[in-house]
Amino acid sequence: MLRVVNLGVEIGGRRILENVNLYIREGETLALFGPNGSGKTTLLNALIGNPSYKIVSGRVIFKKKDITSLPPDERAKMGMGISFQTPPKISGVKLIDVLKYCAKIGGYREEDIFEMAKRLKLEDHLYRAVNVGFSGGEVKRSEILQLMLMNPDFVMLDEPDSGVDLENIVLLGEAMKELLERNKKKDERKKAGIIITHQGYILDYVDADYGVVLYRGKVACMGDPADILRQIRKYGYEGCMEKCLKEI
Amino acid sequence: MPEGDINLNFESDEVERLKEVGIEFDPKRRAATFLQEDQSVKTVASFYRGVEIMSIREALKKYDWLKDYFWKALRRDQDDFTKEVDSEDFNGYFIRAPPNSKVEIPVEACLYLKKAGKQKVHNVIIAEENSELNIISGCASHRSAIGMHIGVSEIFVKKNAKLSFTMIHNWNYDVEVRPRTGIIVEDGGTYISNYILLNPVKYVQMYPTAYLNRDAKAVFSSVIVALEGSEVDVGSRAVLKGENSSAEIVSRTISKGGKIISRGHIVGEAPGVKGHLECRGLMLSENGFILAIPELEARHPNVELSHEAAVGKIAEDEIFYLMARGLSRDEATSAIVRGFMEIEIKGLPEVLKMAIDQAIQSMGEKLL
Ligand SMILES: Nc1ncnc2c1ncn2[C@@H]1O[C@H](COP(=O)(O)OP(=O)(O)OP(=O)(O)O)[C@@H](O)[C@H]1O
Ligand SMILES: [Mg+2]
Repeated sequence: MLRVVNLGVEIGGRRILENVNLYIREGETLALFGPNGSGKTTLLNALIGNPSYKIVSGRVIFKKKDITSLPPDERAKMGMGISFQTPPKISGVKLIDVLKYCAKIGGYREEDIFEMAKRLKLEDHLYRAVNVGFSGGEVKRSEILQLMLMNPDFVMLDEPDSGVDLENIVLLGEAMKELLERNKKKDERKKAGIIITHQGYILDYVDADYGVVLYRGKVACMGDPADILRQIRKYGYEGCMEKCLKEI
Repeated sequence: MPEGDINLNFESDEVERLKEVGIEFDPKRRAATFLQEDQSVKTVASFYRGVEIMSIREALKKYDWLKDYFWKALRRDQDDFTKEVDSEDFNGYFIRAPPNSKVEIPVEACLYLKKAGKQKVHNVIIAEENSELNIISGCASHRSAIGMHIGVSEIFVKKNAKLSFTMIHNWNYDVEVRPRTGIIVEDGGTYISNYILLNPVKYVQMYPTAYLNRDAKAVFSSVIVALEGSEVDVGSRAVLKGENSSAEIVSRTISKGGKIISRGHIVGEAPGVKGHLECRGLMLSENGFILAIPELEARHPNVELSHEAAVGKIAEDEIFYLMARGLSRDEATSAIVRGFMEIEIKGLPEVLKMAIDQAIQSMGEKLL
């Protein structure tokens, strides 16, 4: 579904990603690890077409189409969806107004908006400005709510579990499981995605097919996500990297 | 009290222009109506017992005490424009809510410039003790009018009274506008001002000033759009004279090629007063101009005054965020611009909120 070829990305003239290659098939979910500042968020932003992230080399192929220079709204319409790590606050634009656009993309009716908002405990936030004064956990839930309504084929989740309390992890975990069709049998899954996580809580709900470690802007290792997480917990990123390199 | 319909001889396109400034022709939706075309009063009707509305000339004849309210909230020699109104040939309205009366349905007052070179107006509004009054003042000109509107308004909010005054302007490129407004808010009173200017004008210049006594409160909100060729120099000033009085001044300005000077001034003279100023400006084209001048003046150590000002273009990261949700660049821009203009106005009846929202919604789309 998604192929990233030799991707190089710059921000403000500084090189952040170098020669990143990824291949994600229909039904597959990838867990993306890496230390702070390694370029994980940069990668997702480049994939959704954030204009502040300049692609200096390589290509992004989505559903067999080269989308490297497509604007974000066209990518969204093609079935890409993202939950941001730190979305902006948009004073004046109400959550409900954004959700209406999301529902349009996902083919949902307006009634569905309220139902899903209730499920994610955001029914009281619908008429508030997007992210303005939302708590950390509310921001995460609002991001997932938007994604649920967009119902994308390719789901990108940037630390959806960071700063979320245990009860809400269950709520979000179940929602993401559905988003990525992890509740379906392996050969029936059509959706694919990338999940960035540090602690890995989310992987208890979404059993990613494989894991990738991004290190200093490069794909440093690949393997079973649970193994990688264990290595990182035990030996830190440096240790994990050493072990990875040995295996490769 | 005169009763009946709002009887007008306006042409249909004029009716449209008046509707754009919030003037309603359905008597069920207004407590009282005053309409003045150029210098002559066309309609005065009160549909609600308790609100007095009449031309200022008639009021001066009826009430001997009214002359004591003249030039009390404003100095007659403040500038050339007040001097000009301080003459024989002015007109205007007198609106008064008697003590303890509560009128939620708005009273409307419309000043329409059709052909007069100069429209000179002197209005007096009195919200007596414990009363509640909502006024919508629509000022507009005929599409082809050339001239000047000078409007002196003296507003008195008595003890514990609450007055909201919403002014929507709809002029044209040949009209110059010089409102002069002074507001005296007595102990415990509340004054809410909303000013909306979305259409072209040659020049608007005003700096309404509210004087607040003990525990009094004023909120000024304005939404201003200056299109190419328009020049707007508008501000709000609050003088916090009484203990624990407070003021909030919020302005949202958008330049689409026009020139805007957005002022705000809060003076704290008594202990326990609080004031906050917020000026935000959005530049939507290359050749516009916005100058924000927020001023805070403390004349007592125990005051709390603050301001925020920000001028610039629409944040790219906000546009991008919405585009990632499927909005096109234009849709995202328009949503953000509309949101920018939608200031939260508290303490306003639903009908007035709707009038303001409608004006803003349609402008948000036109601005692209
Ligand atoms: N807008 C920006 N301007 C300047 N530098 C940036 C910008 N965005 C990211 N960077 C830099 O790019 C590098 C990678 O950042 P990125 O956000 O992709 O890291 P990350 O792997 O997501 O980290 P974290 O785990 O902390 O979220 C960092 O050094 C960061 O400072
Ligand atoms: Mg990140």
